[in-house]
Amino acid sequence: MSATALPAPAGAARITIRLVLAGIVLVLAALPILNALPESHALHVSDFIVTVGGKWITYAILALAIDLAWGYAGILSLGHGAFFALGGYAMGMHLMRLIGPRGVYGHPVLPDFMVFLGYKELPWYWLGFEFFPYALFMAMFVPGLLALIVGWLAFRSRITGVYFSIITQAMTYALMLAFFRNDMGFGGNNGFTDFKELLGMPLRSANARATLFYASLVLLLISLWLCWRIAESKLGRVLVAIRDAESRVRFLGYDVTQHKLFVFVVSAVIAGLAGALYVPQVGIINPGEFSPGNSIEAVIWVAVGGRGTLLGAILGAFSVNALKTWLTTVAPDLWLFALGGLFVAVTLFLPRGLIGLITKAPGR
Amino acid sequence: MKHTLLGFVLVLLLALPARAQDAFVSALRGLGEGFSETATAVERLGASGDPRALPVLRALQDGRLQRLPDGRILVPREAGFVDAATGAAAEATGGEAVRVNNRVRAALRGALGQLQILSPDAGERSAAADAVFRSRSAENVPLLKTALERETLPAIREKLRLALAATQLVAGDEAAKRDAIALLGAAGTTEARALLIEAKAANAGLAAPIDAAIASIDQTLAFRQAGETLFQGLSLGSVLLLAALGLAITFGVMGVINMAHGEFVMLGAYATFVVQEACRGTALAPYALPLAIPFAFLVTAAIGALLERGLIRYLYGRPLETLLMTFGVGMILQQAVRLAFGAQNREVISPSWMQGTLLLPGGVAVTQNRLWIILFGLAVFLMVVAAIRFTRFGLEMRAVVQNRRIAATMGIRTGRVDALTFAFGSGLAGLAGVALSQIDNVSPNLGTGYIIDSFMVVVFGGVGSLAGTLVGAFTLGIVNKVLEPYAGAVLAKVFVLVAIMLFIQRRPRGLFALKGRAAEA
Repeated sequence: MSATALPAPAGAARITIRLVLAGIVLVLAALPILNALPESHALHVSDFIVTVGGKWITYAILALAIDLAWGYAGILSLGHGAFFALGGYAMGMHLMRLIGPRGVYGHPVLPDFMVFLGYKELPWYWLGFEFFPYALFMAMFVPGLLALIVGWLAFRSRITGVYFSIITQAMTYALMLAFFRNDMGFGGNNGFTDFKELLGMPLRSANARATLFYASLVLLLISLWLCWRIAESKLGRVLVAIRDAESRVRFLGYDVTQHKLFVFVVSAVIAGLAGALYVPQVGIINPGEFSPGNSIEAVIWVAVGGRGTLLGAILGAFSVNALKTWLTTVAPDLWLFALGGLFVAVTLFLPRGLIGLITKAPGR
Repeated sequence: MKHTLLGFVLVLLLALPARAQDAFVSALRGLGEGFSETATAVERLGASGDPRALPVLRALQDGRLQRLPDGRILVPREAGFVDAATGAAAEATGGEAVRVNNRVRAALRGALGQLQILSPDAGERSAAADAVFRSRSAENVPLLKTALERETLPAIREKLRLALAATQLVAGDEAAKRDAIALLGAAGTTEARALLIEAKAANAGLAAPIDAAIASIDQTLAFRQAGETLFQGLSLGSVLLLAALGLAITFGVMGVINMAHGEFVMLGAYATFVVQEACRGTALAPYALPLAIPFAFLVTAAIGALLERGLIRYLYGRPLETLLMTFGVGMILQQAVRLAFGAQNREVISPSWMQGTLLLPGGVAVTQNRLWIILFGLAVFLMVVAAIRFTRFGLEMRAVVQNRRIAATMGIRTGRVDALTFAFGSGLAGLAGVALSQIDNVSPNLGTGYIIDSFMVVVFGGVGSLAGTLVGAFTLGIVNKVLEPYAGAVLAKVFVLVAIMLFIQRRPRGLFALKGRAAEA
């Protein structure tokens, strides 16, 4: 862990960043409205862009969650994709329940894959998911609980740094293996798909697209505000101190375990919510979302944007995904080289990320 | 006068084999007369034990046996036909194929089995003994006894004895049955067990010895199962050991977390593939695998040295950044290999001396290639220990790890030692790749499946402890394989991961924690 403190950008730079943020939000907020314009209109934005935009916003929220834990408390989790995916599965279960008797097999209660696998009744852990508030609660509760358990076990025995990273990577790997199993009751290999509607809106309608898009944007702003509040508070200062000199903070009498646990759980809950918004927008969730590669890719968004800055995480998520979308259409073979190159270049040459380029704060 | 004498000698010469083949020649006549005559003829041919009957019956089975209107039977050869009775070449014009029905087919199977059991070819005899074991008809008893007297190979003798026992279990008298039960019980196979259960229903009087035999088989089977599980665990453990040894050097000793380690393993496997392709068709082909060992080590070690000098050394003391950076390097390596060799699996062929199965005492079957990998893993481990303990390089490496600055003042070129150490660890990954190419698919993402497990081994065993790596690898391998039958492969893996997480609650520094000053390094 670098001992370099990452001071909050001051003065003009700070204003610049806030202006950039406001600009981004305004542009994003305009997308669904422009989408509603007739297709012949010059400013019309395609459905695809709105969906992709919504998806990227949920990625940005995930990046924000990672930045809160990594950038401020120095907890590098390589398993945040698991929290994201768990939130997604919770929402996916709700969406599956809403399909009701319209499945291919036409069973009144059971989703198609359960009929196919010979289930007679709904497993107990599926009960209640027909209610949206419950599903939303579970999308926060399950990732939060998992983070609490894993975090408690790890921080309590002072597993830090790369050890924690490896443990979290093993965690998401184990979950991936588990969710691939058919008898887990989560659709196995294929996961959930073929969703019909959410909150009474058909998912393919423009109405649903815009609603989900704005919901994601609002969640992004709330998360940003929340993370900001945490970072600016006294708690945030302690977290930064833990990041830079954990033992000293402990010797000063702070309960390091509690602090780390708090920020890790908050981060996991935010990631879970992001996943819950991600699934209805992409229309599918499968165990591939748990793959360790996904988690580490999300970490690189934060690194590219500049960790410990919150805004950097958002910036990184958007720019890396823009690069990915562009490269995978132009030259699919090159994308992995580019991503790998990003890992190398950012860690070696751009430790403060893109934000570091803008703020030009006094170097190391 | 001269002619009569010659004719007399000729008759004498011909008469000797002719008398022996009387049964054969006369049995031939029945073929093609009608289905039931054909079936009888087939049975007589089988009973004759004559080696010349075998091609006739095979041709009949294939529907290529010809019968001429004058009753001669023709057997096809590579080109043309020969007369079955005389062995002379013959024209098949006007002949028609001898037809078979189900009855003839049944007779054919029995007759072929009888003939094959006396065949000069060991493989055929072995297969025939198995076939007779399964068919179990009383008339085979004398045949089996003859075959047993003639047989010299112990493995086939054993099979024949089992076949005889199985036959006597249905056809023999009380005493023969008892002997048969004891023999089958000692054989300890699932087939024998099924036979005994079947026999128990038919022979109420023999229930007690049969039960005893079944219990003995169950015990043998359980023992064998345990042995095989242990072997599989050792095999998985040796693979993990090979994959984790390099990590124990780079991560454990140097503290560099190399997420591209799995890709080095993959490169080692591809290096093996390259050597195999280069040797293909040359005199070196049988030695491709031994040649691949140094080649893979050098290639991966060179790439490792390049990576350390070019990138990693700038990130010393920043493990999280090193982790991310090396992950990126791993991605690049994987994609480069995918573009160079294609995304599909490449086949690396095991040399003949590594193929096949070895039967250990007690009937535990072990595959040779896995046995070799266990030995290879242990050999590599011993060499690593020796290299660190007894060589100049090992000494310098330990010195740099213990105290870099003092080591430097003593004249050790620490940068060079860093590069060599990292190259050493990477080369070990390459060796793991050579071993994995023998049992796993050689594909660009070969390494990803092993990297997490390898890290678990190092963390579990204790970072920086080679003994810990050894014990950790075999423990994880065996625990995994023991759990598998109960929980399935995937859940077993999940359980092991959870168990490790709980384990490091108790011992955060692993099984073999370094004590004293070294622990702070």
